[in-house]
Amino acid sequence: MNFPSLGSRDFLKAIRPFAGLFVVLLLFALDGELRSLFFKGSNFKMILTQTVIVAIGAMGMTMVIVSGGIDLSAGSVVALCSVVTARLIEQGHGLAAVLTLAVLTGGLAGLANGGIITTVRMMPFIVTLGMMGIARGISKWLANNQTVNPESCCGADLCRCPGFSMESVSQFMAYEWSPTFFPLPDGVWLALGLAVVMAVVLRSTVFGRYVFAIGSNEDTARLCGIRVNLNKVAIYALAGAFFGLAGVMQFSRLTQGDPSVAIGLELQIIAAVVIGGASLSGGAGSIPGSVIGAFMMACLANGSGIKDWPNYMQEIIIGVVIILAVGMDKVEPFIQRLFKRPSSPN
Amino acid sequence: MPEDSSSNAALPRLRIDRVAKHFGPTIALDGVSLEVAAGEVHALIGENGAGKSTLMKVLSGAHRADTGSLTLDGQPYEPSDPLHARNSGVAMIYQELNLAPDLSVEENILLGREPATLGWINHSERRRLAKCALEEIGQPQMPLDTPIGALTIAQQQLVEIARALVGEPRVLIMDEPTSSLTQVDTENLFGVIERMSQRGVSVIYISHFLEECQRVASRYTVLRDGQSVGTGAMAEASLEQIIQLMVGREIDEIYSRTSRSAGEPALELSDVAGLPKPSCVNLTLHAGEIVGLFGLVGAGRTETLRSVFGLDRLARGSVTVFSREVTHSTPAKRLANGVGLLSENRKEEGLLLNRSVADNLTLTRLGPVSQLGFVRDAAQAAASEKWMAKLDVKASGAAQPVSELSGGNQQKIALARLLHHDARILLLDEPTRGIDVGSKAQIYRLMNELAGQGKAIVFVSSYLPELLGVCDHIGVMCRGELSEVRPVADWSEQEIILTAVGQAEPKEVAA
Repeated sequence: MNFPSLGSRDFLKAIRPFAGLFVVLLLFALDGELRSLFFKGSNFKMILTQTVIVAIGAMGMTMVIVSGGIDLSAGSVVALCSVVTARLIEQGHGLAAVLTLAVLTGGLAGLANGGIITTVRMMPFIVTLGMMGIARGISKWLANNQTVNPESCCGADLCRCPGFSMESVSQFMAYEWSPTFFPLPDGVWLALGLAVVMAVVLRSTVFGRYVFAIGSNEDTARLCGIRVNLNKVAIYALAGAFFGLAGVMQFSRLTQGDPSVAIGLELQIIAAVVIGGASLSGGAGSIPGSVIGAFMMACLANGSGIKDWPNYMQEIIIGVVIILAVGMDKVEPFIQRLFKRPSSPN
Repeated sequence: MPEDSSSNAALPRLRIDRVAKHFGPTIALDGVSLEVAAGEVHALIGENGAGKSTLMKVLSGAHRADTGSLTLDGQPYEPSDPLHARNSGVAMIYQELNLAPDLSVEENILLGREPATLGWINHSERRRLAKCALEEIGQPQMPLDTPIGALTIAQQQLVEIARALVGEPRVLIMDEPTSSLTQVDTENLFGVIERMSQRGVSVIYISHFLEECQRVASRYTVLRDGQSVGTGAMAEASLEQIIQLMVGREIDEIYSRTSRSAGEPALELSDVAGLPKPSCVNLTLHAGEIVGLFGLVGAGRTETLRSVFGLDRLARGSVTVFSREVTHSTPAKRLANGVGLLSENRKEEGLLLNRSVADNLTLTRLGPVSQLGFVRDAAQAAASEKWMAKLDVKASGAAQPVSELSGGNQQKIALARLLHHDARILLLDEPTRGIDVGSKAQIYRLMNELAGQGKAIVFVSSYLPELLGVCDHIGVMCRGELSEVRPVADWSEQEIILTAVGQAEPKEVAA
């Protein structure tokens, strides 16, 4: 047993994603080309818009990962829900109905994940790997294996024609170039609002404490009378709902339901959560961290784009950042020991 | 540094000289010395927590001694890791078996020492070596191709001994080898030990069954509180002398018991059985009473508590809590009825190690510190600090992660959770395991105080003196069955131990 000094460590861990982002921005500021093109209101607006889908997905994934699980079906569920959104618009449903049903679709996929994981006692990795295939398959089936393009109405006024909610749904992610940061697309505000709500839920509610308790030590949680299975089902279902919402945003961004979209998105989402300080063994992680993680990845992609670096460079850079972010966990105690030699309370 | 031992002919095989080891604030070994000659079977005796396991871990290279020296056949011996120890000729057979259950007997025996050229295993040579090893322990009939998982525990243990022999060990350490063996298998094992001793292998035999030690060993060393307090020839020592050395402490100083009277029945267990343990438990626990459960590892004490608490399924029997029969239950419901369980395994089950003291302490009852589902940090911290002060927990604050506390303080947090929950029936499984003496005394005092307030306590322990010092009644478990629960005064130490090893019948007539 060793007794590392405490107090500053929790704080350090909490601000690490922010510090990482700061370092990235600092590096960008050193480069003349990036300095002039990257640090602009209009550019940040674009980055934020590009962050929305991963960020909303990361909110659900954070809960799952903090509880000690994993959800590999996120990308497929996003695709499924984007197709569902397109089909619902085609059938002439209003905005509220489209949103509700698409989010519910994601929630059902999550409910199935959580249900199987807890009742059959299977590894989350395997169950959600299966769901990844199932959701992808259903979305292709639903879309007849091609993109679904609901037709927009003339747009003059809200005539009751099929597809009348197209405008309002695509409004979420509509990016309009302006020299200024504001106005931001609705999707960005929605993501920010949800991030605040989810941060409070995970940090300060009884449910949030249970999520951490289950991820920290499932046996202890059970010993303490927490209904572990019930909570897990709720966690996966809620995460699924977030992936559903991300699916709506995905539709809004492309203005079409594409069953082959978001392949590999789950890994981007997991990367954002992990960069944000979550531990894949559960019990640690935060919503602000994950959202910053998503934002940082979008910044890196954007910066590489400005530098006109090829795609593979971006991939290499983001890969390095993931390893660095998690590696800090191991390196930090070592660095701390270098600076503080003699400290050992009680 | 080599010791300047007067190198006469009788150079000891292994010499341990004033070895000390501490973990944080806990002193596990405090100057242990012992010598083992070649071919000698040396019994290492001591109660749980006396430092036997730590000493063995130092010998096998799992831990490093802080001070003191080890000498093997006159050469300084400083094992850096278990592999180094094994290559130096010190083999260890742990209490829990270390075999790969899916591999065959032959593969397990040569695991890590496969005869090979350029990475290709020489199968016929491996088979020959495995056969040799099994013959040496007198088990040539053991099937070589059976997976380990299909063997009985006793057979697995023999395989482990065979594996230890492959390395031509000079010293073989056996930690409680008979704890899960039947009488016949135990006899068999003694035969193997004798055979090895004749071949010149030194055996260090760890057990708290004194009769076994007398039977198999020629010399003994007694450990108590991390020190070697006595050593000598087995034939010249009586059981009483050895027990005196093992216990040898002022019991009254540590244990406190104020007079109290038992109230209403709080918990009644009638013919309770689980899957597969316990097999039959009858117990009535009254308010304001501490009932101790003694037994060997694997006797079914933990399983009894777990199935009563709703963590494991009950096979039959009935459980009555405060005069209401609620046999089948869940931990959530038991907690709601005022029953709390302290796990014997605070690191693996008892605590959320990476979470704060406050979270750990209030987890079962967040209600009083939250509002509309929102946990109020200030209220949570205040509630936690109240209990931390009461139990004298040394921590930097309610926000400190539990992993950074010492064992004793961790245990106090786990106990404080039951107090915060206001549990009226406390099922305490080994509450003093692996913690320092000071914390132990505090926990005894607390238990005494709680019983005085009318709480009902089941106290499971493998450490007899503490049960005798703290409890009102004691029951002994053996192979899943609970003996008659009698007042402490009606038991003798000898009788309790004999009941625990399942040999009380002939003695009981005399008692």
